Amino acid sequence: MSSASTLIPADLGVIPSKPEENYLKHDKGILSWVFTLDHKRIGLMYLVSVLGAFALGGFFALAVRTELFFPGPTIINHDQYNQAMTLHGAVMVFLVIIPGIPAALGNIIMPLQLGAKDVAFPRLNLMSYHLWVLGALFFISSLVISAADTGWTFYVPYSTTTPTAVIPAAFGAFILGFSSIFTGLNFITTVHKLRPPGMTWFRLPLFIWALYSTAVIQVLATPVIGITLLMLIVERVVGLGIFDPALGGDPVLFQHFFWFYSHPAVYIMIVPAFGVVSEIIAVFSRKEIFGYKFIALSSVAIALLGFLVWGHHMFTSGQSVLAGTIFSAITFLIAIPTAIKILNWVTTMYKGRIHLDTPMLYAIAFLWVFTIGGLTGVFLSTMSVDVHLHDTYFVVAHFHYVMMGGAITAFMGGLHYWWPKFIGRMYNEKLAKVATVLVFVGLNVTFFPQFLLGTRGMPRRYYNYLPEFQGLHQLSTIGAFVLGLGFLMTAFYLIQSAKSGKKAPANPWGGTTLEWQCASPPPYYNFHDTPEVNRGPYEGYAHLKFDKETQGYVPTE
Amino acid sequence: MISKLLASIATSESLPKSPPSNDTWMPLDASTFAGHVDGLYDFLFWLSTLCALLIYGVMFYFIMKYRAPNRDDSAVGVEGSHHNTAMEITWSVVPLVFLVGIFVFGFKGYVDLRTSPRNALEIHAQGQKWKWLFTYPNGHVDSELHAPIDQDVRIIIQSVDVLHSLYIPAFRTKMDAVPGRYSDLWFHATKTGEFPVFCAEYCGTAHSDMITKAVVHEPGGYESWMDEIKAKLDNMNPVELGKLMYDQQGCKTCHSTDGSPLVGPSWKGLFGSKRSFADGSGAVADENYITNSINNPQGQIVSGFAPAMPTYQGKLNDKQINGIIEYIKTLK
Repeated sequence: MSSASTLIPADLGVIPSKPEENYLKHDKGILSWVFTLDHKRIGLMYLVSVLGAFALGGFFALAVRTELFFPGPTIINHDQYNQAMTLHGAVMVFLVIIPGIPAALGNIIMPLQLGAKDVAFPRLNLMSYHLWVLGALFFISSLVISAADTGWTFYVPYSTTTPTAVIPAAFGAFILGFSSIFTGLNFITTVHKLRPPGMTWFRLPLFIWALYSTAVIQVLATPVIGITLLMLIVERVVGLGIFDPALGGDPVLFQHFFWFYSHPAVYIMIVPAFGVVSEIIAVFSRKEIFGYKFIALSSVAIALLGFLVWGHHMFTSGQSVLAGTIFSAITFLIAIPTAIKILNWVTTMYKGRIHLDTPMLYAIAFLWVFTIGGLTGVFLSTMSVDVHLHDTYFVVAHFHYVMMGGAITAFMGGLHYWWPKFIGRMYNEKLAKVATVLVFVGLNVTFFPQFLLGTRGMPRRYYNYLPEFQGLHQLSTIGAFVLGLGFLMTAFYLIQSAKSGKKAPANPWGGTTLEWQCASPPPYYNFHDTPEVNRGPYEGYAHLKFDKETQGYVPTE
Repeated sequence: MISKLLASIATSESLPKSPPSNDTWMPLDASTFAGHVDGLYDFLFWLSTLCALLIYGVMFYFIMKYRAPNRDDSAVGVEGSHHNTAMEITWSVVPLVFLVGIFVFGFKGYVDLRTSPRNALEIHAQGQKWKWLFTYPNGHVDSELHAPIDQDVRIIIQSVDVLHSLYIPAFRTKMDAVPGRYSDLWFHATKTGEFPVFCAEYCGTAHSDMITKAVVHEPGGYESWMDEIKAKLDNMNPVELGKLMYDQQGCKTCHSTDGSPLVGPSWKGLFGSKRSFADGSGAVADENYITNSINNPQGQIVSGFAPAMPTYQGKLNDKQINGIIEYIKTLK
């Protein structure tokens, strides 16, 4: 990194642009959105769609949790429960978390952080979004015909024999895979080719590093799930006999194929979250991030190691002891880059000047829940302990702490952090803080009791349960409703903000990455002239001061 | 005698209950693995709690100490060093040492768990939608797992349809039942009593009802249970045998005796009725029809029902099939 001495305050101000309408108003009419090639509009459409899918997935989650308030049938029957549980998982994984941070937030922010006018392939970007919509329609068609009841994992031979509409759901996931691959290709090319002059690899914002690592996994792992789901469909239609033992196949092979994608997919979901949290913690501590290179390269390490651990989902599947041992050992290694990140984030706060605005509250919530999610991962990588905990609520609690507590919390943090940039308006900070606390409390009340359910032997995907588990299930259900209330409130004040929020300044939080040197909302072409970069992404906080009039940060004179 | 046996089977319909445990997290420890798993779990729990509290403690201390007084505050953090390789290496290597140790303990336990001792008592377990069937060395088939205390027991696991997983929390062990291959688990029970047994791998509609119990007998109790069962089976009349098969072989999961349709048609009023099949043909339900339906269930699918039933060819002998027929005749 260049020394800060070469930096002058004016380098951190808004980069002048030619007068033009911002991207929201530049073109009019519905078709100007549906066929737009502008990364910001595509990102915003992704954002709205992902939030819609999040509401749908959340609805299924509440249906599941409500049913579990009492053992035995209450509001839905066995089969409906299994369908709700499947759709909750499939929608949240394929429609919400995987595209959430990269395709929605990243699409808008990545070119801005690179001082670029768009991503490398704008048409491919639009196609990614159209494929997302098509994939979502297939999911909904499965829901309408006879919702799949296989669990989001599609394990054979159940998935090849159940009478429900597995094919539309699997084909939907297949299409969504291509959407994800195209986004990945686009992001890799964008980082390689569209960096502005002076922005070396180690001057990239950490959000870009995270998106780049994610994109590599998306491109390399996703084809495997595509092929696997296609084979599943062919097996169902013509009885191919690759997986179904009745036809001479092997169901454990399916698990290998499935997790060869789906474990790396866990990192597709969580690595972008690391990027968001890195940005927020530096900006709201008003201090350069600690251990930049370690955070950046640990994302890459996690991305690569993530390919070699899929067998830890299969310690009780009949996989050989040797294979299990190797997978367990490599899984333990992943704990190291994960710990490095957490410790660097906490150290960044040391002697900082910490502002507790909503994005930072979400980042702190992230550190809290992700620490629990990460540490309980160690329990599950320990083979003998995993034999007891596998397929119990302990696993459910663990991955919700990582996916919901990690990925979604960071997504919410990023959403609040960049919302003023996206929309050009501020949201109601007081309501936002209350909602954040509700989400944080709801999250812990929902999922912490599930650890206890799991260690006590409560298996997952159960519609019915032994009466002794009732108290903890009820606590968990109450938490789920608190969580739901928090998100409902969030929806309320964000809609309010979009309609009539206060006008946002270019730089409301005092960030030094390039997106804050662009107007809010950004002009159609982002930057008329490509900016030249002579500093690291987190340098120069001292040259920014808070301006009461605009409620944003401006360069010192 | 027989009514007592039937009564004991009837109580098995009610859900099992875990015996009280002296541990907050884990169920009662009833096998030799439990000590290892619980010990390692406790170590992990306290280590994780310590790590989490340290991280949270430092984080909240920083937040309180370095908090900006208000939104307008333009001050910045104290820009010191932004990286410290020695620190990074320390907080990579120290956890790594712990992780290697945990891995080794987990590995040793796992090898132990997966390596069945010789001369163990062998019981076959068969998973099917939505029932466990345990076949004992003398050929007796039961829906409950009975085992002696202080003896190595090996369960050889199969599935006839989809994936299942045999899970006995009190023994801290589980293993998937994979169609088309054998798998196994073993345990050495250290406490007598009744413990819940679950299916832990999702298998469809009644996955969560695929619950039974493991009964650990005191010394000699297992053998006398076996003798008692054998004597009762020998002296049963066909209707009682049929009722027993209905309860034990998983028939009752899908066929009601009160006329309500479940996954399959009810047995009430079945005998002598006219059946119409999915392919348009029909037949009167007589002895031959019932025998065919048990041995080749996919041959004649009653219209309105899914072809869900596995074959019982070779699993039920003539006497048992006869019993089922006679039992159905009584359900008018």
